[in-house]
Amino acid sequence: MSAPRTLYDKIWDDHVVHTSDDGTCLLYIDRHLVHEVTSPQAFEGLRMTGRKVRAPEKTIAVPDHNVPTTAGRDKKIDNEESRIQVEALDRNAKEFGINYYPVSDIRQGIVHIIGPEQGWTLPGMTIVCGDSHTATHGAFGALAHGIGTSEVEHVLATQTLIQKKSKNMKVEITGSLRPGVTAKDITLSVIGATGTAGGTGYVIEYCGQAIRELSMEGRMTVCNMAIEGGARAGLIAPDEKTFDYVKGRPHAPKGAKWEAALAYWKTLFTDEGAHFDKVVTIRGEDIAPVVTWGTSPEDVLPITAEVPDPASFTGGKVGAAQRSLDYMGLTPGMKLTDIKIDAVFIGSCTNGRIEDLRAAAAILKGKKLAPGVRGMVVPGSGLVRLQAEEEGLAQIFTDAGFEWRLAGCSMCLGMNPDQLAPGERCAATSNRNFEGRMGRGGRTHLMSPVMAAAAAITGHLTDVREIMDAAQHA
Amino acid sequence: MDKFTTLTGIAAPMPLVNIDTDMIIPKQFLKTIKRTGLGVNLFDEMRYTQDGQEIPDFVLNQPAYRKAQILVAGDNFGCGSSREHAPWALLDFGIRCVISTSFADIFFNNCFKNGILPVVLPEAAVQHLMDDARKGENARITVDLESQTVTASDGTTFSFEVDPFKKHCLLNGLDDIGLTLEKASAIDSFEAKNATLRPWA
Repeated sequence: MSAPRTLYDKIWDDHVVHTSDDGTCLLYIDRHLVHEVTSPQAFEGLRMTGRKVRAPEKTIAVPDHNVPTTAGRDKKIDNEESRIQVEALDRNAKEFGINYYPVSDIRQGIVHIIGPEQGWTLPGMTIVCGDSHTATHGAFGALAHGIGTSEVEHVLATQTLIQKKSKNMKVEITGSLRPGVTAKDITLSVIGATGTAGGTGYVIEYCGQAIRELSMEGRMTVCNMAIEGGARAGLIAPDEKTFDYVKGRPHAPKGAKWEAALAYWKTLFTDEGAHFDKVVTIRGEDIAPVVTWGTSPEDVLPITAEVPDPASFTGGKVGAAQRSLDYMGLTPGMKLTDIKIDAVFIGSCTNGRIEDLRAAAAILKGKKLAPGVRGMVVPGSGLVRLQAEEEGLAQIFTDAGFEWRLAGCSMCLGMNPDQLAPGERCAATSNRNFEGRMGRGGRTHLMSPVMAAAAAITGHLTDVREIMDAAQHA
Repeated sequence: MDKFTTLTGIAAPMPLVNIDTDMIIPKQFLKTIKRTGLGVNLFDEMRYTQDGQEIPDFVLNQPAYRKAQILVAGDNFGCGSSREHAPWALLDFGIRCVISTSFADIFFNNCFKNGILPVVLPEAAVQHLMDDARKGENARITVDLESQTVTASDGTTFSFEVDPFKKHCLLNGLDDIGLTLEKASAIDSFEAKNATLRPWA
């Protein structure tokens, strides 16, 4: 009998094309997702060497990173450099014959949202994209990670990647989450506990009751930020929720193929006794609604806490924390709930799915944005947008004073016109609070959609549980 | 890709931890469809004021470090996005080697594809080299990939680990797509087998 294997071991083993003497492997790639920002040089490389895309039917492209989220973008993109990149993707998709969702297509959206939505993302697959948040697809029990442009070119040309296997790390969230606590609080709390390099060299498997109880949308939020903890990938064993989500999607298998796939997918779990090189366990009940206070995703604290003193850290983090506080314009000891905001951003590949919009809308229903606060909702895809309109969520957002935008990455990385002005402070459902991330000098506090909605109403960082309690007693 | 064999040069000290790819090359410079020309915008928001003036305090603006070829940096260098524009910008500026206690995974891989050697050393060694780097033009650091050593200006030598395949490619400036295509028959047979085992994929 073979040794017990982890889920990661199993997916890895089923994709090894070749192993060299030194342990370097050639790994087969089932799905290659492509966007406009990290691909032009790769296609140009193919052209210069006369190479073709080996498996165009397994390659899916969509413009998302720098497309405007305002009307008319399918006719003209004002920013010339952005327009050139989008046009280059149009041309490359056509020339190399790959699957493509242009900006005019209702199915266009953030690459990590439309992959699962269209059924390209399936359990047990290897999935790569020239984007670090590719880890999102791990929610389906797929091995999914970001790659650089040279590797994009390598996958286009060979449908493989040269890889060394990572180590196995288990992150178990036991028990159940308390009200007001979400998948985003799980993933931020894990990074807060392990640090942004805590996962370096590992593939994380998230497990435990709290993970099982999450919807597929929630699981995608958790896996999405595995990279923020330094891990190559994050994944979750597929279960009935996964299969229900996948079934009937446009590119999901049908008929006999579905049955065969299902039988295989049901073998995708970590065997009893399989070895993990690192284990982290967090009690679900102990997780609070959290926010970030600094400029690294590891700068996480419960909303009930105070801005920390840099002197409370050790090593290089002392200086880094001081630099963060200077950048963020915060002083040690101030209550996090006293931090006033200028803007709210709801969207991104972390929290731009329908469930995220439902959660935020439930808090915002019948409420208004605090005076002077700008709010923006950017659905993760055209189909999410459509569904949100049909469910009346869009109306709730616009009644509250939010801008209701077209799909894209938007303010999460600020490559399009959606940016913060210097010094502006934003409650954001995105994934990175780096200096300048949402616009030069912009200040980002990461949090869940319900926490962002709560901040939108009060104009300062807010414990969403207070708003939920008030609603209950109203 | 240019080969990397040995390098002797000035090292710039950047002791900050968690230097992320947004710091290395901010997003507005990702709109290029070329690999070159990004050096002028390396560390843009740390290096220039909003109106484009150099910030004199920033290390690469100081006369001693304007031609630095090595960076000595704090923990977890290159965290964040997968943008290969980060190593492209470093390379275009003239940086061929980054030394730190740790690197983020994707950035680390991207370096090797572009002739840049990321060297991981223990904290004490990085500190020694950081102190050396602070001497500016008075200190030259030597990095030798073949022997896997870094030598400080006082002659102290530190050995580092490097993946044998990555070392081979970097020493010889090899294009790994070419190497993989030599295994095309293995890929063909994998695909044939896969069509039976996992036809839905």
